[in-house]
Amino acid sequence: MLRFIVRRLLLLIPVLWGLSVALFLWVRALPGSPAQALLGERATPEKIRQIEIALGLDQPLYVQYWRFLEKALRFDFGTSIQSSRPVVEEMGRRFPATIELGVTALLIAVLIGIPVGYFAARRHGTWLDQLSVSASLVGITIPVFFLAYMLRYVFANQLGWLPNTGRQEARMLDVEHPTGFYVLDAIVTGNGPALSDALLHLVLPAVTLATIPLAIIARITRAAVLDVLNEDYVRTAEAKGLTARTITRRHVLRNAMLPVSTTIGLQFGLLMSGAILTETAFAFEGVGKFVAQAIPSRDYATLQGFILVIAALFVLINLLVDISYGLIDPRVRVR
Amino acid sequence: MTVEITRPDAPDAFVAVRDLRVHFPTEDGLVRSVDGLSFRLDRGRTLGIVGESGSGKSVTSLAVLGLHNRRTARISGEIWLDGEELVAAPPERVRALRGKKMAMIFQDPLSSMHPYYTVGAQIVEAYRIHNDVSRKVARKHAIEMLGRVGIPQPARRVDDYPHQFSGGMRQRAMIAMALSCDPELLIADEPTTALDVTVQAQILDLIRDLQRDFDTAVIVITHDLGVVAELADDVLVMYAGRAVEYGGADDLFERPEHPYAWGLLGSMPRLDREPAERLLPIRGTPPSLINVPPGCAFHPRCAYCELTGGLSTTEVPPLTETAGGHLVACHLAPEKRREIWENDVRPTLESR
Repeated sequence: MLRFIVRRLLLLIPVLWGLSVALFLWVRALPGSPAQALLGERATPEKIRQIEIALGLDQPLYVQYWRFLEKALRFDFGTSIQSSRPVVEEMGRRFPATIELGVTALLIAVLIGIPVGYFAARRHGTWLDQLSVSASLVGITIPVFFLAYMLRYVFANQLGWLPNTGRQEARMLDVEHPTGFYVLDAIVTGNGPALSDALLHLVLPAVTLATIPLAIIARITRAAVLDVLNEDYVRTAEAKGLTARTITRRHVLRNAMLPVSTTIGLQFGLLMSGAILTETAFAFEGVGKFVAQAIPSRDYATLQGFILVIAALFVLINLLVDISYGLIDPRVRVR
Repeated sequence: MTVEITRPDAPDAFVAVRDLRVHFPTEDGLVRSVDGLSFRLDRGRTLGIVGESGSGKSVTSLAVLGLHNRRTARISGEIWLDGEELVAAPPERVRALRGKKMAMIFQDPLSSMHPYYTVGAQIVEAYRIHNDVSRKVARKHAIEMLGRVGIPQPARRVDDYPHQFSGGMRQRAMIAMALSCDPELLIADEPTTALDVTVQAQILDLIRDLQRDFDTAVIVITHDLGVVAELADDVLVMYAGRAVEYGGADDLFERPEHPYAWGLLGSMPRLDREPAERLLPIRGTPPSLINVPPGCAFHPRCAYCELTGGLSTTEVPPLTETAGGHLVACHLAPEKRREIWENDVRPTLESR
């Protein structure tokens, strides 16, 4: 198992290297340049030239790449053009926000999606099953921004139960944030009002972001449980005289978790792309919103740094999924 | 030996099935998988149930164990086990009997064992449902059972997973699991079909030895007459959910009377004969269980259908006694059947 993990971690090196090359070229293939984006209509060839020299964009591509790589290895991704702050500093501010949002969304999706899928499978063919299937179809197809504005309209504007946008109320501005994870910060500092404020601000964005993964997880769980229920070994378990509850707990759910955990790993990518829309709709200062803004402003440094880190996270999370396979299925372990 | 299966009072047999019907309503119509089946079985004896795919063999065995989904299957009739009726019994009661009083061995031991648990854990699980013992005691019992069914180094193999066992060893482990609670009725559903030919004989020997030691009643379900010849005391031949012939194994192999049984015997390969000779397959295919042919369900495939004067296309032949304990469901007159067997079928079978 340890060898497997080490091998997979070593594999991360060529994956990230390849990605860094592709990313580097893609960013530069975007029409226009950072200098143009910065200067806008006032751009003159001389000024553009000036800024390009300042940014090192006048150098040949391989020189630029080498500089980027050299710094990236020291975890330095340069300076963001949109905010004029080091990219790493922006990461420190924004990743906690998005991770907090993503984890909350994933928790909602898993804690609701798996039971819904399971009960739909157990009551296969009944109205409950059909309801869950159609509801999940709605969940998958509903546009994220539409859902976001609907939720804001109903729960913030009309009912006033939840905050409309942002991560915290203005009166919380002086609250300390040692980690940047607002919920965690509030718990660590024992700040009750800040905790409830942070949680309330998470509800609507997290529900919005959770909708699609929830629907997909519910569907996959349902299909997986239906599959397992038809397996010979479940019949064997029944033939032994096990109670229905034990069969569910020991023989069905564990097997059904394999495809579900794969899905959860892949959902991470979906969460990231969903976060762009969600964060924009809720003015939630996270990674998604920042990266989305980096594209029109041709913020090379931000795009390269953030996407590389997101990709590394994606690979690591899927490594965790693969490790969980080994824990769940002994046949994977032996190989 | 006498076979009394139609008596209506409480049965004295250890296992008695009476007029069992298992129907599955589907969108295409009602599937009559088992349609009025009766048989009995005593302790220490073996009943072989033979028939083609879809004849209702496995459905019958699952009904005895109460493993049909009550929402999708309609079950009627009576299943008596040691004086207790199971069809009308509460599911919880049948569950308590499952694995303890009656156990089952399935066809494919690889897919029938849970891939994520060790063989030992699965036997321990089976044992501890019905016996209030510690894990340690149950584990000792599991090792003992594995040794009992002929698995070498059972104390070491107990912690292996099913995929680490060979096919034959897996079936042995499956048998160990089924026998772990010392059941009085053992149902083996195609116990050797998924195994290598060399291993098949070993497993059959094992089942026979264990049956003798435990005085178990055994039902062997198979399409392989070789298995029946090896194990069974009595044989029930099923066709389209009904019994077409029922009797002692000797009767069935020496004096079979139903044309379908002749067909089964004819399609059995024989290693002691010249390989150039052809088998005698049964023509046609098994019938649909939704639109079972009227009259005798076998008549569209029966070579002797004309000899019944049209009766076989209109009326279902009852299962009637032809000689001591030998029952046949056929419209042909018993003398006629014996004549065809002696003069026509038997010489053909023996000459090929």
